[in-house]
Amino acid sequence: MLTSRRIAAGIALTTIAVAAGCGGSSGGSGSASKTINLVAYSTPQKAYESLFPAFQKTAEGAGTSLSPSYGASGTQEKAVEAGQKADVVEFSRSSDMDKLVSANLVPSSWSQNKYDGMVTNSVAVFIVRKGNPLNIHSWDDLIKPGVKVVTPNPLSSGSACWNLMAAYGAQIQEGKTQSQALDYVHQLLEHTVSQPESGSLATAAFVQGTGDVLIGYENEAIEAQQAGDDVDYVIPSDTILIQNPIAVTTNAANPTLANNFVKFLYSDTGQSIFAQQGYRPVVKSELDPKRFPTPPGLFTIQSLGGWTAVNAKFFDPENGLITNLENETGHGASG
Amino acid sequence: MLYLSLLVGLPVAALISLSLHSNAWSTVLHDQHTRAVIGFTLFVAACVAVIDLVTGVALAWVLVRDDFRGRRLVNALIDLPFALPTIVASLVLLALYGPDTPIGVHAAGTRFGVLLALLFVSLPFVTRAVQPVLLSLESDVEDAAACLGAKPWTIFRQIIFPAIRPAAVTGMALAFARVLGEYGSVVLIGGNLPHTEIASQVIANDVENGAPQAAAATGLTLIILALLVFLALGVVTRRWSRHG
Amino acid sequence: MGKYLLRYGVLTYLALLLVVPIGLVAYRTFENGIGPVWDALTSPQAISAIKLSLLITAIAVPVNVVFGVATAWFLSRRKMPVPWLVNAMINLPFAMSPVVIGLAVYQLYSRDGWIGQHLFAENIPFLFTWRAMAVATMFVSLPFVVREVLPVLDELGTEQEQAAEMLGASALQSFFRVTLPAIRWAVIYGTILTVARALGEYGAVNLVSSNVVGQTLTLPLYVQNRVSNFDPTAAYSAGLLLAVISLLILSGMTMLGRSGRKEDTV
Repeated sequence: MLTSRRIAAGIALTTIAVAAGCGGSSGGSGSASKTINLVAYSTPQKAYESLFPAFQKTAEGAGTSLSPSYGASGTQEKAVEAGQKADVVEFSRSSDMDKLVSANLVPSSWSQNKYDGMVTNSVAVFIVRKGNPLNIHSWDDLIKPGVKVVTPNPLSSGSACWNLMAAYGAQIQEGKTQSQALDYVHQLLEHTVSQPESGSLATAAFVQGTGDVLIGYENEAIEAQQAGDDVDYVIPSDTILIQNPIAVTTNAANPTLANNFVKFLYSDTGQSIFAQQGYRPVVKSELDPKRFPTPPGLFTIQSLGGWTAVNAKFFDPENGLITNLENETGHGASG
Repeated sequence: MLYLSLLVGLPVAALISLSLHSNAWSTVLHDQHTRAVIGFTLFVAACVAVIDLVTGVALAWVLVRDDFRGRRLVNALIDLPFALPTIVASLVLLALYGPDTPIGVHAAGTRFGVLLALLFVSLPFVTRAVQPVLLSLESDVEDAAACLGAKPWTIFRQIIFPAIRPAAVTGMALAFARVLGEYGSVVLIGGNLPHTEIASQVIANDVENGAPQAAAATGLTLIILALLVFLALGVVTRRWSRHG
Repeated sequence: MGKYLLRYGVLTYLALLLVVPIGLVAYRTFENGIGPVWDALTSPQAISAIKLSLLITAIAVPVNVVFGVATAWFLSRRKMPVPWLVNAMINLPFAMSPVVIGLAVYQLYSRDGWIGQHLFAENIPFLFTWRAMAVATMFVSLPFVVREVLPVLDELGTEQEQAAEMLGASALQSFFRVTLPAIRWAVIYGTILTVARALGEYGAVNLVSSNVVGQTLTLPLYVQNRVSNFDPTAAYSAGLLLAVISLLILSGMTMLGRSGRKEDTV
């Protein structure tokens, strides 16, 4: 069975592999490329699966194709820095976009449009079992005895940081001091029974039966409902506005095409598709107040200092305030 | 050889160079949480290795010395966790021991769940290492001992176990190393909580949070620990073979 | 009595740890009938994932087999310059977490990596493409062939090869005609383990892939993608497919093992 022929085949395959690797340069030719390389965080895959066909029906989008990559926001940002091809980038936090600006891969003017560079909004909500059997309506309800909370781990997923800042910010909004707010977050973490790696994994875990309440995004809740899961969601009166930044990179293969795509996403058609998928449009005329009510105590990350400052203060891997709370929770020391 | 240095040596060297940046080593070695997680990982890996020793030898024994219908099927099944991708293993374990459990065992989000996942992926190592040795053992010494009135447990302890000991320990070391670096199968069932976190998750988190240097340092720490285990193993087995 | 206790104790352990979980996944996959499963597995994204997994495996495995046999031969028959280092490098992939392996490959081939900077300057695509994914897969599946073949070579001894050489065979001829047939079962078993490991790799490949849907997702990555998109049926289907392939590999092993044992003279 193992003849010299097999060995030769192995060597041949290796040669082919190496040759293929060293052979041609990248596919893009001199004339304008018709492919948009999208590098995005993990959530909007379903949305783009509806958005892009609609874009292809427009004049600017006819005959184009999309090469979409989805993954954890921080890791995706790092990949673009390390050389992954990207024409359009969309992240979960503006701090990831700022890092690309520092690497000269995104122009510093990315946020200077009338939407501050954000293409969709959402809010942090409580996702509960159908009918809300435990009657959860406020942040205080989450730390009642016996309530089991699920929320993605902020250290594994940048987008999970939104949820915890929603919790923290809500306390500040109610007039508590920083240490009281941190104390609340501590109690919240004590009630947490599962912290999956990402928002969608957290939703998947919740739907499969883990926990009583999931802190998540409104668009995830709507997406779960559309997928047929038996969940409801409650918008607390104090919650954070989740804003997702988008930009065209400085080294886009076809900047005109990339910019046209982003323009489409801001158009009424694009925004209404986002709305169907559960995202809050940034274009006010597309925002249906019945489907997307505005909570009275809505605040933004700006009011807490902006992501760069918040990351340094709360989520720094060595001594962030919430990092420390995370590490203190549970049984603490090993073994 | 050139292939080895190209494929293995260079990336690892790149990793070491990465870890030497921005004080990563001192940060990692002093960080309370990282130390706790590495400690937990070591502890769990050791527990798994010991449990696997017992179950692995028992399994090997049953497969070699016993005979029953379906033995060949069971023999084939042993390799399943070894061949199964870790992502599927995690789905599998969550299905059984998670919240929807049909057998009433709730292990999700607990250290016990982590242990179960790791037992699953490390199942074959000791068994597969011990089986060939058991097969090749000639039974005349055992028969003689039995004739002289020795009880089965004594025969096992004095005759069989020393013969299979090196192979069993090799299997244990492999299981230990495998578990030390395990990633995919644990995350879903462990719930990614601080007290069920194992070392690979800390590494992945560091990458996600833009601290690859710390990730490299933690990863290299694990490698050094595993290599020390292999080294110790080599010394011990050589000493045993010298004493016959 | 003790014999039965042991036998059924062991079988129960196996059942609880192994059989029941997998049966449950099969059940969950087909909960809604065969239709959704078929649709999930024949979608363009799934098919591209299957093709990519097979491509990477088809590259990584032969390379590792060839160099594995060669390395084992050199370790056993010749004096290697630094045998302890070679041994350490062979066992290293066992000791490394897949994430760390991915990080190491990433570091080397990224835009400012030692090799990567040259590749990017020449516009040669490597990192984030199937090429880097194949290299990462080669890394993780490296040890198996060497570890299977080396002890057999050691036990075999050199008598037959020396006899051949005395009869006038060249070193190469003696390798192909004498050594290789004697170690072929070890090579086959090692190859099968390598294939299984390569097919199922997740952590390392995840990090070096560009994760572009329909292009650079392998089957395990695709499973994860489906879970994240609220598509558990597709996730279970793809996962079950991977499990079935593993089972086929296993039965291949069992069949070869059975016939192999009879012929082994060791």
